[in-house]
Amino acid sequence: MSVDRSIETAAPLPRIWSILPGPEVMRALGMAVLGLSLTLVLWQLVVTLFGVPSYLVPAPTDVAGALSRDLPLLVEAAVPTITEAFLGFLLGNTVALLVAVSFVYNKVIEEMFYPVAILVKTIPIVAIAPVLKIILGNGIEPKIVIAALICFFPTLVNSVRGFRAVNPQLLELMHVLSASKTEVFLRIRIYSALPYIFSALKISVTMCVLGAIVGEWIGANQGIGYLLLQSMFDFNAPRLFATILTASVIAITGFAIVSMLEKWVIRWDPGAAM
Amino acid sequence: MNMMATIAASGATRSGDAHSGDVRLSQARNAIEIDNVAVTFGGSSRAVRAIDNVSLTVREGEFVSLIGHSGCGKSTLLRTIADIIAPTEGKVAIFGGTPAAARASRTFSMVFQQSVLMPWAKVIDNVRLPFEVGGANPKAGNFMDPHEALKLVELEGFEDALPSELSGGMRQRVSIARALVTRPKVLLMDEPFGALDELVRDTLNVELLRIWKQSGMTIVFVTHSLHEAVFLSQRVVVMSRRPSRIGGILEIDLPEERDLALKDAPELGHHVARLRDMLGAG
Repeated sequence: MSVDRSIETAAPLPRIWSILPGPEVMRALGMAVLGLSLTLVLWQLVVTLFGVPSYLVPAPTDVAGALSRDLPLLVEAAVPTITEAFLGFLLGNTVALLVAVSFVYNKVIEEMFYPVAILVKTIPIVAIAPVLKIILGNGIEPKIVIAALICFFPTLVNSVRGFRAVNPQLLELMHVLSASKTEVFLRIRIYSALPYIFSALKISVTMCVLGAIVGEWIGANQGIGYLLLQSMFDFNAPRLFATILTASVIAITGFAIVSMLEKWVIRWDPGAAM
Repeated sequence: MNMMATIAASGATRSGDAHSGDVRLSQARNAIEIDNVAVTFGGSSRAVRAIDNVSLTVREGEFVSLIGHSGCGKSTLLRTIADIIAPTEGKVAIFGGTPAAARASRTFSMVFQQSVLMPWAKVIDNVRLPFEVGGANPKAGNFMDPHEALKLVELEGFEDALPSELSGGMRQRVSIARALVTRPKVLLMDEPFGALDELVRDTLNVELLRIWKQSGMTIVFVTHSLHEAVFLSQRVVVMSRRPSRIGGILEIDLPEERDLALKDAPELGHHVARLRDMLGAG
Protein backbone atom coordinates (compact mmCIF):
# COMPACT_ATOMS: atom_id res chain seq x y z
CA MET A 1 0.00 0.00 0.00
CA SER A 2 1.25 3.42 -0.86
CA VAL A 3 0.14 5.00 2.39
CA ASP A 4 2.28 2.48 4.24
CA ARG A 5 5.44 3.94 2.84
CA SER A 6 4.61 7.56 3.59
CA ILE A 7 4.27 6.65 7.23
CA GLU A 8 7.54 4.74 7.28
CA THR A 9 9.40 7.74 5.93
CA ALA A 10 7.69 10.12 8.31
CA ALA A 11 8.22 8.07 11.45
CA PRO A 12 11.99 7.42 11.78
CA LEU A 13 12.88 11.08 12.45
CA PRO A 14 14.36 11.22 15.93
CA ARG A 15 12.04 12.91 18.40
CA ILE A 16 14.40 15.77 19.19
CA TRP A 17 14.28 17.03 15.60
CA SER A 18 10.57 17.57 15.74
CA ILE A 19 10.91 20.39 18.28
CA LEU A 20 13.65 22.24 16.39
CA PRO A 21 12.61 24.90 13.87
CA GLY A 22 12.21 23.91 10.23
CA PRO A 23 13.58 25.77 7.16
CA GLU A 24 10.60 28.20 6.97
CA VAL A 25 11.21 29.21 10.56
CA MET A 26 14.94 29.64 9.90
CA ARG A 27 14.15 31.97 7.01
CA ALA A 28 11.75 34.01 9.15
CA LEU A 29 14.42 34.19 11.83
CA GLY A 30 17.00 35.38 9.30
CA MET A 31 14.69 38.12 8.05
CA ALA A 32 14.00 39.26 11.61
CA VAL A 33 17.73 39.44 12.36
CA LEU A 34 18.24 41.45 9.17
CA GLY A 35 15.50 43.91 10.13
CA LEU A 36 16.87 44.26 13.63
CA SER A 37 20.40 44.94 12.31
CA LEU A 38 19.10 47.63 9.96
CA THR A 39 17.21 49.30 12.83
CA LEU A 40 20.37 49.30 14.95
CA VAL A 41 22.44 50.81 12.11
CA LEU A 42 19.81 53.51 11.60
CA TRP A 43 19.73 54.21 15.35
CA GLN A 44 23.51 54.47 15.48
CA LEU A 45 23.53 56.84 12.49
CA VAL A 46 20.85 59.16 13.95
CA VAL A 47 22.55 59.37 17.35
CA THR A 48 26.03 60.01 15.84
CA LEU A 49 24.91 62.43 13.10
CA PHE A 50 22.79 64.60 15.41
CA GLY A 51 25.28 64.40 18.26
CA VAL A 52 22.72 63.17 20.85
CA PRO A 53 24.52 62.88 24.22
CA SER A 54 24.77 59.30 25.45
CA TYR A 55 23.21 60.09 28.87
CA LEU A 56 19.99 60.93 26.99
CA VAL A 57 19.91 58.35 24.22
CA PRO A 58 22.87 55.99 24.05
CA ALA A 59 23.96 54.65 20.67
CA PRO A 60 23.90 50.86 20.15
CA THR A 61 27.69 50.87 20.56
CA ASP A 62 27.33 52.54 23.98
CA VAL A 63 24.79 49.91 25.01
CA ALA A 64 27.10 47.17 23.76
CA GLY A 65 29.91 48.70 25.80
CA ALA A 66 27.70 48.78 28.91
CA LEU A 67 26.64 45.19 28.26
CA SER A 68 30.21 43.88 28.22
CA ARG A 69 31.34 46.10 31.10
CA ASP A 70 28.37 45.39 33.37
CA LEU A 71 27.77 41.78 32.40
CA PRO A 72 28.50 40.36 35.87
CA LEU A 73 26.17 42.98 37.36
CA LEU A 74 23.42 42.17 34.86
CA VAL A 75 23.70 38.42 35.45
CA GLU A 76 23.61 38.97 39.18
CA ALA A 77 20.46 41.08 38.78
CA ALA A 78 18.86 38.57 36.43
CA VAL A 79 19.07 35.64 38.88
CA PRO A 80 16.52 36.92 41.47
CA THR A 81 14.21 38.24 38.72
CA ILE A 82 14.22 34.91 36.90
CA THR A 83 13.56 33.09 40.17
CA GLU A 84 10.62 35.35 41.05
CA ALA A 85 9.21 35.21 37.53
CA PHE A 86 9.55 31.42 37.34
CA LEU A 87 7.97 30.77 40.73
CA GLY A 88 5.22 33.27 39.93
CA PHE A 89 4.66 31.53 36.59
CA LEU A 90 4.31 28.16 38.32
CA LEU A 91 2.04 29.49 41.07
CA GLY A 92 -0.20 31.59 38.83
CA ASN A 93 -0.67 28.93 36.19
CA THR A 94 -1.18 26.08 38.65
CA VAL A 95 -3.89 27.98 40.49
CA ALA A 96 -5.46 29.10 37.19
CA LEU A 97 -5.60 25.50 35.92
CA LEU A 98 -7.08 24.20 39.17
CA VAL A 99 -9.72 26.94 39.16
CA ALA A 100 -10.46 26.20 35.49
CA VAL A 101 -10.95 22.52 36.29
CA SER A 102 -13.34 23.39 39.12
CA PHE A 103 -15.27 25.67 36.75
CA VAL A 104 -15.63 22.91 34.20
CA TYR A 105 -16.73 20.39 36.82
CA ASN A 106 -19.18 22.70 38.55
CA LYS A 107 -21.19 25.39 36.83
CA VAL A 108 -22.19 27.00 40.15
CA ILE A 109 -18.56 27.58 41.14
CA GLU A 110 -18.01 29.22 37.78
CA GLU A 111 -21.07 31.45 38.12
CA MET A 112 -19.91 32.55 41.56
CA PHE A 113 -16.21 33.04 41.06
CA TYR A 114 -15.76 34.03 37.43
CA PRO A 115 -16.91 37.58 38.24
CA VAL A 116 -14.41 37.63 41.13
CA ALA A 117 -11.65 36.64 38.73
CA ILE A 118 -12.67 39.40 36.34
CA LEU A 119 -12.70 41.89 39.24
CA VAL A 120 -9.16 40.89 40.18
CA LYS A 121 -8.16 41.25 36.56
CA THR A 122 -9.52 44.81 36.29
CA ILE A 123 -7.44 46.12 39.21
CA PRO A 124 -4.18 47.46 37.73
CA ILE A 125 -1.25 45.35 38.87
CA VAL A 126 0.76 48.43 39.93
CA ALA A 127 -2.10 49.32 42.26
CA ILE A 128 -2.09 45.92 43.95
CA ALA A 129 1.69 45.82 44.31
CA PRO A 130 1.94 48.20 47.32
CA VAL A 131 -0.81 46.25 49.11
CA LEU A 132 1.11 43.03 48.59
CA LYS A 133 4.30 44.66 49.86
CA ILE A 134 2.50 45.64 53.10
CA ILE A 135 1.08 42.14 53.51
CA LEU A 136 4.07 40.08 52.44
CA GLY A 137 7.04 42.30 53.30
CA ASN A 138 10.18 43.12 51.41
CA GLY A 139 11.32 39.66 50.45
CA ILE A 140 10.80 37.57 47.33
CA GLU A 141 7.18 36.72 48.19
CA PRO A 142 5.34 39.85 46.97
CA LYS A 143 7.24 39.67 43.66
CA ILE A 144 6.22 36.04 43.15
CA VAL A 145 2.60 36.86 43.93
CA ILE A 146 2.55 39.81 41.54
CA ALA A 147 4.06 37.66 38.78
CA ALA A 148 1.50 34.96 39.61
CA LEU A 149 -1.41 37.40 39.50
CA ILE A 150 -0.38 38.62 36.09
CA CYS A 151 -0.23 35.02 34.77
CA PHE A 152 -3.46 33.94 36.37
CA PHE A 153 -6.12 35.49 34.21
CA PRO A 154 -5.05 34.63 30.65
CA THR A 155 -4.46 31.01 31.65
CA LEU A 156 -7.80 30.79 33.46
CA VAL A 157 -9.78 32.16 30.52
CA ASN A 158 -7.96 30.12 27.91
CA SER A 159 -8.02 26.83 29.75
CA VAL A 160 -11.73 27.11 30.58
CA ARG A 161 -12.31 27.66 26.88
CA GLY A 162 -9.99 24.77 26.04
CA PHE A 163 -11.66 22.31 28.41
CA ARG A 164 -14.96 23.13 26.71
CA ALA A 165 -13.59 23.08 23.14
CA VAL A 166 -14.19 19.36 22.82
CA ASN A 167 -15.49 17.81 19.61
CA PRO A 168 -19.14 17.26 20.63
CA GLN A 169 -19.17 13.93 18.81
CA LEU A 170 -16.31 12.71 21.00
CA LEU A 171 -18.50 13.55 23.99
CA GLU A 172 -21.33 11.54 22.43
CA LEU A 173 -18.96 8.65 21.88
CA MET A 174 -17.86 8.82 25.51
CA HIS A 175 -21.53 8.88 26.52
CA VAL A 176 -22.22 5.76 24.46
CA LEU A 177 -19.21 4.17 26.21
CA SER A 178 -20.75 5.15 29.59
CA ALA A 179 -17.61 7.08 30.50
CA SER A 180 -17.63 9.04 33.75
CA LYS A 181 -17.06 12.78 34.00
CA THR A 182 -13.53 12.17 35.25
CA GLU A 183 -12.77 9.77 32.41
CA VAL A 184 -14.01 12.34 29.90
CA PHE A 185 -11.83 14.91 31.60
CA LEU A 186 -8.66 12.83 31.73
CA ARG A 187 -8.97 11.29 28.29
CA ILE A 188 -10.60 14.04 26.23
CA ARG A 189 -10.81 17.46 27.83
CA ILE A 190 -7.19 17.76 28.91
CA TYR A 191 -5.91 16.96 25.42
CA SER A 192 -8.44 19.24 23.75
CA ALA A 193 -7.42 22.03 26.11
CA LEU A 194 -3.65 21.65 25.66
CA PRO A 195 -3.36 23.91 22.58
CA TYR A 196 -5.36 26.60 24.41
CA ILE A 197 -3.32 26.20 27.58
CA PHE A 198 -0.08 26.51 25.68
CA SER A 199 -1.13 29.73 23.98
CA ALA A 200 -1.94 31.09 27.44
CA LEU A 201 1.42 29.92 28.78
CA LYS A 202 3.18 31.72 25.95
CA ILE A 203 1.47 34.95 26.99
CA SER A 204 2.06 34.47 30.69
CA VAL A 205 5.73 33.48 30.40
CA THR A 206 6.54 36.97 29.13
CA MET A 207 4.06 38.64 31.48
CA CYS A 208 5.53 37.04 34.60
CA VAL A 209 8.88 38.78 33.93
CA LEU A 210 6.99 42.07 33.83
CA GLY A 211 5.27 41.14 37.11
CA ALA A 212 8.58 40.40 38.83
CA ILE A 213 10.06 43.73 37.66
CA VAL A 214 7.02 45.69 38.86
CA GLY A 215 7.36 43.91 42.20
CA GLU A 216 11.00 44.94 42.42
CA TRP A 217 10.11 48.56 41.71
CA ILE A 218 7.90 48.71 44.78
CA GLY A 219 10.73 47.66 47.03
CA ALA A 220 13.82 45.57 46.45
CA ASN A 221 17.59 45.78 46.74
CA GLN A 222 18.35 43.37 43.94
CA GLY A 223 16.99 42.23 40.60
CA ILE A 224 16.39 43.71 37.17
CA GLY A 225 13.70 46.10 38.44
CA TYR A 226 16.06 47.41 41.10
CA LEU A 227 18.90 47.82 38.58
CA LEU A 228 16.58 49.74 36.22
CA LEU A 229 15.74 52.25 38.96
CA GLN A 230 19.37 52.53 40.04
CA SER A 231 20.56 53.17 36.49
CA MET A 232 17.87 55.79 36.09
CA PHE A 233 18.89 57.59 39.28
CA ASP A 234 22.56 57.45 38.18
CA PHE A 235 21.72 58.89 34.74
CA ASN A 236 23.51 55.83 33.38
CA ALA A 237 21.51 55.48 30.18
CA PRO A 238 23.76 52.86 28.52
CA ARG A 239 23.39 50.57 31.56
CA LEU A 240 19.64 51.30 31.67
CA PHE A 241 19.34 50.14 28.07
CA ALA A 242 21.53 47.11 28.75
CA THR A 243 19.26 46.19 31.67
CA ILE A 244 16.16 46.55 29.51
CA LEU A 245 17.82 44.28 26.97
CA THR A 246 18.51 41.71 29.70
CA ALA A 247 14.84 41.73 30.74
CA SER A 248 13.87 41.23 27.13
CA VAL A 249 16.30 38.31 26.73
CA ILE A 250 14.82 36.64 29.82
CA ALA A 251 11.28 36.96 28.42
CA ILE A 252 12.28 35.75 24.95
CA THR A 253 14.12 32.75 26.40
CA GLY A 254 11.05 31.86 28.46
CA PHE A 255 8.88 32.14 25.37
CA ALA A 256 11.25 29.92 23.37
CA ILE A 257 11.29 27.27 26.10
CA VAL A 258 7.48 27.18 26.31
CA SER A 259 7.21 27.05 22.50
CA MET A 260 9.58 24.09 22.32
CA LEU A 261 7.70 22.37 25.12
CA GLU A 262 4.50 22.94 23.17
CA LYS A 263 5.91 21.31 20.05
CA TRP A 264 7.14 18.39 22.11
CA VAL A 265 3.81 17.84 23.87
CA ILE A 266 1.40 18.56 21.00
CA ARG A 267 2.46 16.21 18.22
CA TRP A 268 -0.95 15.87 16.66
CA ASP A 269 -2.63 18.45 14.47
CA PRO A 270 -5.11 20.19 16.79
CA GLY A 271 -6.93 21.80 13.86
CA ALA A 272 -7.54 18.58 11.94
CA ALA A 273 -11.12 17.38 11.73
CA MET A 274 -11.39 13.68 12.56
CA MET B 1 -51.53 1.47 12.14
CA ASN B 2 -51.44 -0.03 8.71
CA MET B 3 -47.69 0.18 9.06
CA MET B 4 -47.67 -1.84 12.25
CA ALA B 5 -49.50 -4.62 10.53
CA THR B 6 -46.91 -4.74 7.77
CA ILE B 7 -44.07 -4.96 10.23
CA ALA B 8 -45.74 -7.66 12.26
CA ALA B 9 -46.58 -9.59 9.12
CA SER B 10 -43.09 -9.40 7.72
CA GLY B 11 -41.73 -10.51 11.07
CA ALA B 12 -43.96 -13.54 10.99
CA THR B 13 -42.95 -14.50 7.46
CA ARG B 14 -39.30 -14.37 8.38
CA SER B 15 -39.69 -16.56 11.45
CA GLY B 16 -41.74 -18.90 9.33
CA ASP B 17 -38.82 -19.22 6.96
CA ALA B 18 -36.59 -20.33 9.78
CA HIS B 19 -36.65 -23.98 8.72
CA SER B 20 -35.18 -23.13 5.35
CA GLY B 21 -31.71 -23.25 6.84
CA ASP B 22 -30.85 -19.67 7.66
CA VAL B 23 -29.08 -20.25 10.95
CA ARG B 24 -29.07 -16.62 11.88
CA LEU B 25 -32.80 -16.23 11.61
CA SER B 26 -33.67 -19.58 13.11
CA GLN B 27 -33.00 -18.37 16.66
CA ALA B 28 -34.02 -14.83 15.87
CA ARG B 29 -34.99 -12.90 18.93
CA ASN B 30 -35.99 -9.28 18.79
CA ALA B 31 -32.81 -7.24 19.03
CA ILE B 32 -34.45 -3.85 19.04
CA GLU B 33 -38.03 -2.97 19.82
CA ILE B 34 -39.15 0.59 19.22
CA ASP B 35 -42.60 1.14 20.60
CA ASN B 36 -44.53 4.27 19.66
CA VAL B 37 -41.53 6.54 20.07
CA ALA B 38 -41.77 10.32 19.67
CA VAL B 39 -38.97 12.81 20.16
CA THR B 40 -39.60 16.51 20.66
CA PHE B 41 -36.81 19.06 20.74
CA GLY B 42 -36.97 22.47 22.36
CA GLY B 43 -39.22 23.96 24.99
CA SER B 44 -43.00 23.83 25.05
CA SER B 45 -43.38 27.12 23.17
CA ARG B 46 -41.14 26.31 20.22
CA ALA B 47 -41.22 22.56 20.33
CA VAL B 48 -40.14 20.72 17.20
CA ARG B 49 -41.30 17.17 16.78
CA ALA B 50 -38.33 15.33 15.27
CA ILE B 51 -40.00 11.95 15.08
CA ASP B 52 -43.51 10.93 15.83
CA ASN B 53 -45.26 7.68 16.54
CA VAL B 54 -42.49 5.38 15.32
CA SER B 55 -42.68 1.67 15.96
CA LEU B 56 -40.21 -0.80 14.56
CA THR B 57 -38.84 -4.20 15.47
CA VAL B 58 -35.40 -5.34 14.37
CA ARG B 59 -34.65 -9.03 14.70
CA GLU B 60 -31.36 -10.40 15.90
CA GLY B 61 -28.85 -10.72 13.08
CA GLU B 62 -30.80 -8.50 10.73
CA PHE B 63 -29.34 -5.72 8.60
CA VAL B 64 -31.80 -2.84 8.51
CA SER B 65 -31.26 0.54 6.87
CA LEU B 66 -33.09 3.76 7.64
CA ILE B 67 -33.41 6.16 4.73
CA GLY B 68 -35.22 9.40 4.12
CA HIS B 69 -34.83 13.02 3.16
CA SER B 70 -32.46 15.03 5.29
CA GLY B 71 -34.20 16.26 8.39
CA CYS B 72 -36.62 13.32 8.41
CA GLY B 73 -35.42 12.16 11.79
CA LYS B 74 -33.56 9.01 10.76
CA SER B 75 -30.50 10.01 12.75
CA THR B 76 -32.69 11.04 15.65
CA LEU B 77 -34.25 7.60 15.67
CA LEU B 78 -30.82 5.93 15.67
CA ARG B 79 -29.62 8.18 18.47
CA THR B 80 -32.70 7.31 20.46
CA ILE B 81 -31.76 3.64 20.16
CA ALA B 82 -28.21 4.53 21.22
CA ASP B 83 -29.50 6.33 24.33
CA ILE B 84 -27.94 9.60 23.18
CA ILE B 85 -31.44 11.10 22.99
CA ALA B 86 -34.20 10.10 25.37
CA PRO B 87 -37.59 9.60 23.71
CA THR B 88 -40.25 12.10 24.75
CA GLU B 89 -42.88 9.40 24.40
CA GLY B 90 -42.84 5.66 23.95
CA LYS B 91 -39.97 3.34 24.69
CA VAL B 92 -37.00 1.56 23.17
CA ALA B 93 -35.83 -1.88 24.23
CA ILE B 94 -32.60 -3.61 23.28
CA PHE B 95 -32.83 -7.35 23.86
CA GLY B 96 -35.64 -6.58 26.26
CA GLY B 97 -33.58 -4.19 28.40
CA THR B 98 -33.24 -0.45 28.47
CA PRO B 99 -30.82 1.29 26.07
CA ALA B 100 -28.92 2.64 29.11
CA ALA B 101 -28.32 -0.90 30.36
CA ALA B 102 -27.32 -2.01 26.86
CA ARG B 103 -24.89 0.88 26.68
CA ALA B 104 -23.27 -0.01 29.99
CA SER B 105 -22.95 -3.68 29.04
CA ARG B 106 -21.48 -2.83 25.63
CA THR B 107 -24.35 -4.63 23.91
CA PHE B 108 -24.22 -2.11 21.09
CA SER B 109 -21.54 0.02 19.46
CA MET B 110 -22.02 3.19 17.49
CA VAL B 111 -20.25 4.41 14.37
CA PHE B 112 -20.69 8.08 13.47
CA GLN B 113 -20.52 9.93 10.16
CA GLN B 114 -17.15 11.34 11.18
CA SER B 115 -14.61 8.85 12.46
CA VAL B 116 -14.59 10.68 15.83
CA LEU B 117 -11.07 9.59 16.74
CA MET B 118 -8.90 11.15 19.40
CA PRO B 119 -6.35 12.98 17.20
CA TRP B 120 -3.69 12.82 19.94
CA ALA B 121 -3.91 9.05 20.37
CA LYS B 122 -2.36 6.34 18.22
CA VAL B 123 -4.67 4.15 16.16
CA ILE B 124 -4.32 1.23 18.58
CA ASP B 125 -5.14 3.43 21.59
CA ASN B 126 -8.21 4.74 19.80
CA VAL B 127 -9.37 1.17 19.19
CA ARG B 128 -8.68 0.29 22.82
CA LEU B 129 -10.79 3.16 24.20
CA PRO B 130 -13.98 1.11 24.82
CA PHE B 131 -11.99 -1.13 27.22
CA GLU B 132 -10.63 1.69 29.22
CA VAL B 133 -13.63 3.79 30.16
CA GLY B 134 -17.11 3.27 31.51
CA GLY B 135 -16.15 0.45 33.87
CA ALA B 136 -15.62 -2.01 31.05
CA ASN B 137 -13.57 -5.01 32.05
CA PRO B 138 -11.79 -6.60 29.12
CA LYS B 139 -11.12 -9.78 31.12
CA ALA B 140 -14.75 -10.28 32.08
CA GLY B 141 -16.20 -9.59 28.65
CA ASN B 142 -15.32 -11.59 25.57
CA PHE B 143 -13.71 -8.56 24.00
CA MET B 144 -11.57 -8.79 20.92
CA ASP B 145 -7.84 -8.19 20.86
CA PRO B 146 -7.48 -4.65 19.46
CA HIS B 147 -4.92 -5.94 16.97
CA GLU B 148 -7.45 -8.49 15.76
CA ALA B 149 -10.05 -5.73 15.36
CA LEU B 150 -7.61 -3.75 13.21
CA LYS B 151 -6.95 -6.88 11.16
CA LEU B 152 -10.67 -7.23 10.58
CA VAL B 153 -10.77 -3.80 8.94
CA GLU B 154 -7.48 -4.51 7.11
CA LEU B 155 -5.39 -1.98 8.98
CA GLU B 156 -2.62 -4.20 10.31
CA GLY B 157 0.63 -2.31 10.57
CA PHE B 158 -1.01 1.01 11.36
CA GLU B 159 -1.21 0.49 15.13
CA ASP B 160 1.21 3.28 15.97
CA ALA B 161 0.07 5.82 13.37
CA LEU B 162 -1.72 8.97 14.41
CA PRO B 163 -5.18 9.49 12.88
CA SER B 164 -3.93 12.55 10.97
CA GLU B 165 -1.52 10.27 9.09
CA LEU B 166 -4.40 8.25 7.67
CA SER B 167 -6.83 8.92 4.84
CA GLY B 168 -10.51 9.56 5.55
CA GLY B 169 -11.45 6.01 4.59
CA MET B 170 -8.75 4.52 6.82
CA ARG B 171 -9.88 6.68 9.72
CA GLN B 172 -13.40 5.41 9.28
CA ARG B 173 -12.02 1.84 9.33
CA VAL B 174 -10.35 2.63 12.64
CA SER B 175 -13.65 3.82 14.04
CA ILE B 176 -15.30 0.59 12.84
CA ALA B 177 -12.53 -1.42 14.52
CA ARG B 178 -13.20 0.53 17.71
CA ALA B 179 -16.89 -0.37 17.42
CA LEU B 180 -16.16 -4.07 16.77
CA VAL B 181 -13.58 -4.53 19.50
CA THR B 182 -16.20 -5.10 22.20
CA ARG B 183 -17.94 -7.75 20.07
CA PRO B 184 -21.26 -5.90 20.20
CA LYS B 185 -24.49 -7.71 19.40
CA VAL B 186 -25.83 -4.58 17.75
CA LEU B 187 -24.01 -2.11 15.54
CA LEU B 188 -25.62 1.30 15.08
CA MET B 189 -24.20 3.24 12.13
CA ASP B 190 -25.09 6.86 11.44
CA GLU B 191 -24.22 7.59 7.79
CA PRO B 192 -20.81 6.03 8.39
CA PHE B 193 -19.64 6.32 4.78
CA GLY B 194 -21.43 9.54 3.93
CA ALA B 195 -18.28 11.66 4.05
CA LEU B 196 -16.21 9.30 1.88
CA ASP B 197 -15.79 9.23 -1.87
CA GLU B 198 -17.73 6.64 -3.83
CA LEU B 199 -14.89 4.18 -4.52
CA VAL B 200 -13.93 3.99 -0.86
CA ARG B 201 -17.58 3.72 0.06
CA ASP B 202 -18.04 0.74 -2.29
CA THR B 203 -15.07 -1.07 -0.79
CA LEU B 204 -16.21 -0.43 2.75
CA ASN B 205 -19.75 -1.57 1.88
CA VAL B 206 -18.42 -4.94 0.78
CA GLU B 207 -16.23 -5.22 3.84
CA LEU B 208 -19.07 -4.31 6.14
CA LEU B 209 -21.19 -7.10 4.64
CA ARG B 210 -18.32 -9.55 5.18
CA ILE B 211 -17.96 -8.50 8.83
CA TRP B 212 -21.72 -8.68 9.33
CA LYS B 213 -21.81 -12.23 7.93
CA GLN B 214 -18.90 -13.37 10.07
CA SER B 215 -20.15 -11.86 13.29
CA GLY B 216 -23.90 -12.38 13.10
CA MET B 217 -24.40 -8.89 14.43
CA THR B 218 -27.59 -6.90 14.12
CA ILE B 219 -26.90 -3.73 12.15
CA VAL B 220 -29.03 -0.61 11.95
CA PHE B 221 -27.63 1.63 9.26
CA VAL B 222 -28.65 5.22 8.53
CA THR B 223 -27.87 6.46 5.03
CA HIS B 224 -29.18 8.86 2.46
CA SER B 225 -27.91 6.71 -0.41
CA LEU B 226 -30.63 4.51 -1.82
CA HIS B 227 -28.09 2.30 -3.60
CA GLU B 228 -26.13 1.75 -0.43
CA ALA B 229 -29.29 0.95 1.51
CA VAL B 230 -30.44 -1.63 -1.04
CA PHE B 231 -26.98 -3.15 -1.48
CA LEU B 232 -26.44 -3.70 2.24
CA SER B 233 -29.80 -4.38 3.76
CA GLN B 234 -32.34 -7.10 4.24
CA ARG B 235 -34.95 -4.48 4.97
CA VAL B 236 -35.02 -0.78 4.23
CA VAL B 237 -37.14 1.48 6.42
CA VAL B 238 -38.29 4.60 4.59
CA MET B 239 -38.93 7.56 6.83
CA SER B 240 -41.27 10.29 5.74
CA ARG B 241 -40.91 13.97 6.40
CA ARG B 242 -43.46 16.00 8.41
CA PRO B 243 -44.68 14.16 10.25
CA SER B 244 -41.46 12.20 10.73
CA ARG B 245 -42.73 8.70 10.74
CA ILE B 246 -42.05 5.42 9.09
CA GLY B 247 -43.47 5.77 5.59
CA GLY B 248 -42.94 2.20 4.55
CA ILE B 249 -40.64 -0.80 4.69
CA LEU B 250 -39.11 -2.54 1.70
CA GLU B 251 -37.90 -6.12 1.93
CA ILE B 252 -34.79 -6.53 -0.20
CA ASP B 253 -35.00 -9.98 -1.78
CA LEU B 254 -31.53 -10.02 -3.25
CA PRO B 255 -29.22 -13.03 -2.81
CA GLU B 256 -27.37 -13.34 0.50
CA GLU B 257 -24.01 -13.32 -1.24
CA ARG B 258 -23.50 -9.81 -2.53
CA ASP B 259 -20.47 -8.41 -4.29
CA LEU B 260 -19.61 -5.18 -6.06
CA ALA B 261 -21.06 -6.42 -9.36
CA LEU B 262 -24.48 -6.26 -7.74
CA LYS B 263 -24.12 -2.48 -7.40
CA ASP B 264 -24.73 -2.19 -11.16
CA ALA B 265 -27.21 -5.02 -11.44
CA PRO B 266 -30.75 -4.28 -12.69
CA GLU B 267 -32.31 -6.05 -9.67
CA LEU B 268 -30.68 -3.49 -7.44
CA GLY B 269 -31.96 -0.73 -9.70
CA HIS B 270 -35.53 -2.03 -9.36
CA HIS B 271 -35.34 -1.83 -5.61
CA VAL B 272 -33.85 1.65 -5.76
CA ALA B 273 -36.68 2.79 -8.04
CA ARG B 274 -39.19 1.29 -5.65
CA LEU B 275 -37.60 3.16 -2.74
CA ARG B 276 -37.63 6.39 -4.71
CA ASP B 277 -41.38 5.94 -5.22
CA MET B 278 -41.90 5.33 -1.54
CA LEU B 279 -39.86 8.42 -0.66
CA GLY B 280 -41.86 10.52 -3.06
CA ALA B 281 -45.11 9.24 -1.63
CA GLY B 282 -43.87 9.84 1.91
